Amino acid sequence: MPGADELDIDHVAALARLALTPEEKSNFSRQLGGVLQHIEQLRKVDVTGVEPTAHAFPVVNVWADDVARPGLTTAAALRNAPAQRQNLVVVPKVVE
Amino acid sequence: MAAEIHYQTIATLAARLAAGELSAVELMQAVIDRTRAVDDRVRAFNSRDEADALAQAAASDARRSAGEAMGPLDGIPVALKDVIAVEGQPLTASSRMLADFVSPYDATVVKKLRQAGAVLWGRLNLDEFAMGSSTENSAFGATHNPWDLSRVPGGSSGGSAAALAAGEAIATLGSDTGGSIRQPAAFCGVVGLKPSYGLVSRYGLIAFASSLDQVGPFTRTVEDAAMLLQVLAGHDPLDSTSFTAEIPDYRAAVCAGPRSRRLGIPKEYFGAGLDPEVAAAVRAAIAFYAAQGWEIQEVSLPHTEFCLDTYYIIATAEASSNLARYDGIRYGHRSQSAGDVTELYEKSRAEGFGAEVKRRIILGTYVLSSGYYDAYYRRAQQVRTLIRSDFLRAYEQVDALLTPTSPMPAFRHGEKADPLAMYLCDIYTIGVNLAGLPAISIPGGFTQAGLPIGLQLIGRPFREAELLATARNYEQAHDWHQRRPNL
Repeated sequence: MPGADELDIDHVAALARLALTPEEKSNFSRQLGGVLQHIEQLRKVDVTGVEPTAHAFPVVNVWADDVARPGLTTAAALRNAPAQRQNLVVVPKVVE
Repeated sequence: MAAEIHYQTIATLAARLAAGELSAVELMQAVIDRTRAVDDRVRAFNSRDEADALAQAAASDARRSAGEAMGPLDGIPVALKDVIAVEGQPLTASSRMLADFVSPYDATVVKKLRQAGAVLWGRLNLDEFAMGSSTENSAFGATHNPWDLSRVPGGSSGGSAAALAAGEAIATLGSDTGGSIRQPAAFCGVVGLKPSYGLVSRYGLIAFASSLDQVGPFTRTVEDAAMLLQVLAGHDPLDSTSFTAEIPDYRAAVCAGPRSRRLGIPKEYFGAGLDPEVAAAVRAAIAFYAAQGWEIQEVSLPHTEFCLDTYYIIATAEASSNLARYDGIRYGHRSQSAGDVTELYEKSRAEGFGAEVKRRIILGTYVLSSGYYDAYYRRAQQVRTLIRSDFLRAYEQVDALLTPTSPMPAFRHGEKADPLAMYLCDIYTIGVNLAGLPAISIPGGFTQAGLPIGLQLIGRPFREAELLATARNYEQAHDWHQRRPNL
């Protein structure tokens, strides 16, 4: 398991798409350092050959019938959009 | 002396409504009056729509006087944690991110409540996105414990527990990812049930950690919990993790009493850090069950010490992925100062989320990031298998486990400033979520200072009827659940 000091806060904040202030960076680094140090104790557990559990009661291949059913109207789907025009969500330009 | 209307149970009020002693509008008005009188001190609600609630109550009265078929909760005001979608009502998760969000549809549990005739009443405060154990991490201010306003109500469903304890609803719903129903129930002296994973649909519940989240009821009695669970439980095709099983008649099973009488005491749940008054209350409950002829066995859940770390890896990993959807594009807060689209994501999220949510997104992103996945996430999932096996092994010898719900009674606002100290509040509740089990917190006494103490009973998967019957056995011989705070 990697050391607690390895948390590169700038890299992780970029991955998480979070613009952190310098104060948040230093606070989170310190606080999460403590949490990661606590987590180190998981190293003590012998997990050789143990299957991982993703859900307590695994259910697989749950399919829905391929039948059309009513969904949200355009107005309902756009109701919470921060910016809209002509039934579309407006976003900053993403291609040059 | 009969309890004031706002402090009566679902069972009592349903009978009184059926007998015509009380109208649904009178009941709703009593709850509104009480809420107006106390909520400026308790601050359990994020929002409430009195006119809408009274209209629903009037519709219930109209159904009754027209002789129409009545639902099991007809006319009963049920308030909801502000993470459960009600069409046309605000849904904030106590976050600036969703401050102006209005639900476009009903959660499945809300549809079920409507079909049962319940009056949907108000949106209850929580720790932002259900991340916390004190309801202090809310963008809209902290909720106060009705038993001592200087203390927290627990969390994350603190508003749900406090509203019920203060008489501001007849029952409430919360959600439980690591103890978020049971711990506030313990802190506020009410009953809180976390059902087995998959028993209650998660459709329309704002996702925190999808493999752990479960919706459940807060009530004044175990019988009320059975009545509410009856309405909430059942398969939902809109939730692919929803369980397909026969749903028993919970109320009948609970009233009939437990079928087996073997109780396990996990020795790891009585370690360092357990408040002596809480420990004494649990020991008294053990003595009670023994005196009732129950077979008491000490059992071991050897991986208990690893539950907290396993939980904080899995829950934050799932949260970082679930909360990626809040990007300022289709809904939620959008930064007004961003240039390009990446900056729009980064600033919208920075402005919309509070500190605890950011902290957990960072931790979850880190444990899932390239090079660390196997060391943290995969290993935590393996330890989760061992934690679950511990419980299943214990159930070869016993039928239920009895533990403290929380290591301490309600603490003061601001007392747990360090995140790790706050996380340690959940040590007795998170194993249950990792293993997907049902568990209930019931009132089990009071401290010298007058703070409620919660007892936790943990049951076998999908055997809620037996668990509730076991809890009611204790409740019927004690009167803790009938005490009310001085407000």
